Amino acid sequence: MAVTIGADGAQHWRRLTPGEQRWRWFGWFALVVLAVLCWRIMTADTIWAFVEDAPRQAADIFGRMLPPRWSYADRLWKPLWDTLNIATLGTLIAIVIATPLGFLAARNTTPSVAFVRPLALFVIVGSRSINALIWGLLLVAVLGPGVLAGIIAIALRSIGFIGKLLYEAIEEIDDTQVEAIRATGAGPGQVISYGIWPQILPAFATIAVFRWDINIRESTVLGLVGAGGIGLALESSLNTLAWPQVSLILLMILSTVVVSEWITAKVRRAII
Amino acid sequence: MDAQARSAAPVWHPPRLIENRWLRIGIAAAVVGYLWLALSSVDVDWTRVVEGMARAARLFAGFLQPDFTSRWSDIQQGLIESLTMTVCATVFGVILALPIGLGAARNLAPWWLYGICRAVIALARSFQEIIVAILFVAMFGFGTFAGFLTLSLSTIGFLSKLIADDIEEIDPAQVEAIRATGGGFWQVIDFAVASQVTPRLVGLTAYQVDINFRESSVIGIVGAGGIGATLNTALDRYEFDSAAAILLIIIGIVMLCEYASGWIRKRVA
Repeated sequence: MAVTIGADGAQHWRRLTPGEQRWRWFGWFALVVLAVLCWRIMTADTIWAFVEDAPRQAADIFGRMLPPRWSYADRLWKPLWDTLNIATLGTLIAIVIATPLGFLAARNTTPSVAFVRPLALFVIVGSRSINALIWGLLLVAVLGPGVLAGIIAIALRSIGFIGKLLYEAIEEIDDTQVEAIRATGAGPGQVISYGIWPQILPAFATIAVFRWDINIRESTVLGLVGAGGIGLALESSLNTLAWPQVSLILLMILSTVVVSEWITAKVRRAII
Repeated sequence: MDAQARSAAPVWHPPRLIENRWLRIGIAAAVVGYLWLALSSVDVDWTRVVEGMARAARLFAGFLQPDFTSRWSDIQQGLIESLTMTVCATVFGVILALPIGLGAARNLAPWWLYGICRAVIALARSFQEIIVAILFVAMFGFGTFAGFLTLSLSTIGFLSKLIADDIEEIDPAQVEAIRATGGGFWQVIDFAVASQVTPRLVGLTAYQVDINFRESSVIGIVGAGGIGATLNTALDRYEFDSAAAILLIIIGIVMLCEYASGWIRKRVA
């Protein structure tokens, strides 16, 4: 904030000093230059005729999509079941691995702040920074296409997410309760199960359910890289340009996601 | 409870999550039943898995010796596409997300505008990026333009919702104060709303850059340009050393983005 005194002696209030204003102007200018530059590089290879044609293409595609081919639904139940399994089993595996990892990464429960903690944090960050679809690509190359690759892809991606939120929850617990349990002569296992675990249980349950919800969404597209589930049906329908089937699959994915969101909301309300 | 009363030495046990015994057993049985069904429907081709172990070893070796050079021109091309796509989509997305976010704030917008904007947000959020990318690739052809539109749409979905929720939580006293001085609509937005929301907005935008780059590394798989396409090709050719190099670059940039956005958020918020 700056107040300047004008020639007539009156005070003029301005939000920024002239120096701040110059910096701000320069910042905006740099941002605009960067955006324009990126735009030019990005659109260098764009064929504008295709872009101009897009509304017609869109109308054409949506015209082909309607009405959805309802009879195709009979062949979607199995892939849908696979998708649910990928999400659920993947989340379960991730929970099993991420729980000890969370304890190793939390500052107050790790056996060694200097050595074990950075290692656990590295695993968490590494798992988080690779998308489930990329994990899927890698695992399909290694394990071959199928549900198993999908389950492991979801699990590997979720470990980092669950581990991170869990260790943050563990670091926020009330230490006096841990002290109290320890004062009764409890061993490390008893300290965890009576002093720490009850405190993080609500957070843990919320994290698990939240990740399951995300995983339902992610597992619907894993089939695009061959990792099983309803995405496989989507891929094959797209490849054969069977648009009425595509629209039915999209509707199914949408309703699955809505149902999973509803379940998540219910469970969260029950826990909190 | 009655079991406790009957036994001579009462044993304390921690309170159960679900008090009703039959409900507890029922849920446990349902979980076990589901797991049995789910696990039995996962059919694994073990010969293929064994065959894959050799590939896993090569993949692992690739990570220890990533090959940046032999596919460098492809990698560079993919990276430039991803980065420019990220910048353009974030800028464009934010420009569109601001008015939509304003319109979707219950305390500023008339009910009809509120309804329209909330519907746009719900629509933009309902499908994940990959599916949107597939549709845009079908409409706009292969390449970065489809990817740019995909990321812009997801930016709108994410940012407008958070901006709207933020605006709904601002301190109404400041809005009243500016209105009381005779401030018009734009002055209210500028001095009462923007000054309260801006720090969060800057933080969210920095976070969005991070998200958009992550997504831009994936949507290439369905043909929407970017480093994902390069990665897909490398894996299709089983060139694990090049794939490892690409993955390491992606992880590096994601971490850089995460640190940068964390730094920016700490400074403004």
